[in-house]
Amino acid sequence: MTLLTMLAAAGWLRPETVLAADAWNAAAFDTKSMDDTMKALGGGTPVPSTGIAFVQTPDIAENGAVVPIGIASTIPNTQSIAILIEKNPNTLTAVFDIPPGTDPSISTRVKMGQSSNVYALVKADGKYYYAAKEIKVTLGGCGG
Amino acid sequence: MADPMRIRANVVGDSTEVKVLMNHEMETGQRKDAQGKTVPAWFIQSVTATYNGKTVLSAQWGPAVAKNPFLSFKFKGGAKGEKVQITWTDNRGDKRTDEATIS
Repeated sequence: MTLLTMLAAAGWLRPETVLAADAWNAAAFDTKSMDDTMKALGGGTPVPSTGIAFVQTPDIAENGAVVPIGIASTIPNTQSIAILIEKNPNTLTAVFDIPPGTDPSISTRVKMGQSSNVYALVKADGKYYYAAKEIKVTLGGCGG
Repeated sequence: MADPMRIRANVVGDSTEVKVLMNHEMETGQRKDAQGKTVPAWFIQSVTATYNGKTVLSAQWGPAVAKNPFLSFKFKGGAKGEKVQITWTDNRGDKRTDEATIS
C-alpha cells in the first residue's frame, strides 16, 4: 500500500470536486421532484410567500431552449435563491447564494423540456419560502 | 480554453449592476447524436463573482441553464474604474476567469 492510497483510505485525500470551495451539490441536482430537492438541500417544507416575485419572466415561452427567468425576493435576510422546474428531467436548475450587500434579485435563462410549473425557492434566515409560476412552452428545449 | 465571457458592470445609484454572457455549450446529457449515442453532459457547475476580493455572488448550476448562459445581478457599492471578476468551473474541470471595469 502506497502512502497515497493510505491517505485516501483514511479520507484525507478526496476527489478534487470535494476540495473545491463551493462543492457542487450533485445529490440536489439529481433530484426529480421538489420534495426530493428540499431533502437534498437539507431544508424543511417551504412555505408559499408573496415576498417572492418573478420579473421579466414570460407566461408563454416560444422556445424552451432559452427561457428568461428573473426572481426577486423582498424577504429580509434572503440567503439564497433557487430555480426549480417541475417537469424537467431534474428539478433543480440553479442555486444562487446571495451574500449580504447583494440584491436578492437575479435573472438568468434556463431550458425547459415542456410546459411546467417553475418554483422560485428562497432561503431566508434558515427557512425556505417559495413562489410558483406556470410557464407554457411551445417548443421544448431538452432532448430534441 | 473556452471563449471569453462578455461582462458589463454599470453603476446604478449606490449599486453596481453586473450582466454576464458566458460562452458554453451547456450540454444536458439528455440529447442523443445521429448514431443514437447519448451526448455526455457538459455544463458550468459553479460561478463566482468577486469585487475587491469579496464574493458578491456565487451560484451552482445544473445542465438546465440555457446554452451560453446569461446572468444578471446587483450589489451595493462599486465605483467607476474598479473591477469585477467572474469565474466559472464546468463539470470537466475547465475554468475561466474574466474581469470587467465598472463604468
